[in-house]
Amino acid sequence: MSAVAQAVMRPTTALHAGWLLFERDLRLAMRRWEHVADPLVFFLMVTTLFPLALSPELSRLRDVAPGVLWVAALLSSLLAADTLLKSDAQDGTLEQYLLSGQPLTLLLLAKTAAHWILTGFPLVLVSPLVAVALGAPAESLDTIMLGLTIGTLTLSLLGAIGAALTIGLRRGSLLLSLLVMPLAMPLLIFGARSSELAIGGHSAAGPLYLLASLLVLAVTLAPLTAAAAVRISID
Amino acid sequence: MWTWFHKLASPPHVYRIAGRLTPWFGWTAFLLIAAALYGGLVLAPPDYQQGDAYRIIYVHAPSAWMSLFIYVTMAVAAAVGLIWRIKLAHAVAASAAPVGASFTFAALATGALWGQPMWGTWWVWDARLTSELILLFLYLGFMALRASIDDVQRADRASALLAIVGVVNVPIIHYSVVWWNTLHQAPTVTKMGAPSISLTMLIPLLMMIVGFNIYFLAVLLIRVRGEILRRERSAGWIREQVRA
Repeated sequence: MSAVAQAVMRPTTALHAGWLLFERDLRLAMRRWEHVADPLVFFLMVTTLFPLALSPELSRLRDVAPGVLWVAALLSSLLAADTLLKSDAQDGTLEQYLLSGQPLTLLLLAKTAAHWILTGFPLVLVSPLVAVALGAPAESLDTIMLGLTIGTLTLSLLGAIGAALTIGLRRGSLLLSLLVMPLAMPLLIFGARSSELAIGGHSAAGPLYLLASLLVLAVTLAPLTAAAAVRISID
Repeated sequence: MWTWFHKLASPPHVYRIAGRLTPWFGWTAFLLIAAALYGGLVLAPPDYQQGDAYRIIYVHAPSAWMSLFIYVTMAVAAAVGLIWRIKLAHAVAASAAPVGASFTFAALATGALWGQPMWGTWWVWDARLTSELILLFLYLGFMALRASIDDVQRADRASALLAIVGVVNVPIIHYSVVWWNTLHQAPTVTKMGAPSISLTMLIPLLMMIVGFNIYFLAVLLIRVRGEILRRERSAGWIREQVRA
């Protein structure tokens, strides 16, 4: 048997299938990279609204900077969450995942990871600029970035649950936001608190650990829940 | 021996016994609540600190208790429906949700009415109030998801999953006053050791909680009957029931 035929007939392991899906999502998204920028631009614009609406004074903005950063990150993530499964559901690829015999949990974890790189990670990269624009001191920036990394990862995972529950529904995007927001509220509390402590010059270890524990909970349970939700939504 | 239990999965059977049990639960609840109100408003002494204004606790605490209890009931019913595929369990979860949301709203509203004279503020973002508000959003999300899916089976199963995900909030609400020492007072009844509240105040409170529970059962049975009628409207046994 030729090498190609042997390669084609070798059964794909679950991890390899996950990696292929991860690569595919990234590759497909980069062909339409202008859409990748949408959540990022939304984040930048929302954080710009607050100095315009509240006060241009940096000392006053510094007080609200943690809240503004985290609420804007939450809203961007909710807006982007719908795109995780929408195109796959529309063209029938989602049913192929169900039929493939690969563990759906792992496939969804791979998709969520790719989704985070496209939607959450840009927010983290741009957050130092936004934080400084809102009056945060330079020493606080690495804690802010760390908190936002953990937070946006968790938000992507929670968004996956919401996306899976609302596949194909009319006004599903709005419903998704309503469903995910109560689940994201503890995250918002701890995340904003960690940034607030960092800006004030104190150690943010407590809230960061709590954030990390929320991430661990989300990584272990959210893909499972999302897989169950996909099966419910697609029959 | 377990036939009575297995029959609980049958809509016509549950429709019949729900109809027969409702008056019993209803009147028992009415008597208990009336007695508890008398005990709480008349017999219990005024508080040394708050005077007579504390008496709203006889509505506030039972409402808050019911909001948590009903959410857990809803999540358990949803889990039963999801695991053993019993449609009636989903009907129970669907019927319980609006009642639970109403009790949550009542707890928040009576809390605000109590907070204004006592704390000087209608609202404060302390841990218990905030997590109770999140509970209200979870109830509303459950009802919204159910309402936006046309296919009954998909609606049942999707909202069941959502209810189970949200049940994580219930221990947070209960323990929030232990973990964070902010404004809302710490537990006085459901804690280790003897309750730190006098007996003449405690007994009407416990009677009120039991009364509210039985009231919830009565209302749940009425709503489940309605839910059964809606789901089974094309079935033959419905016409016989209506004729009878």
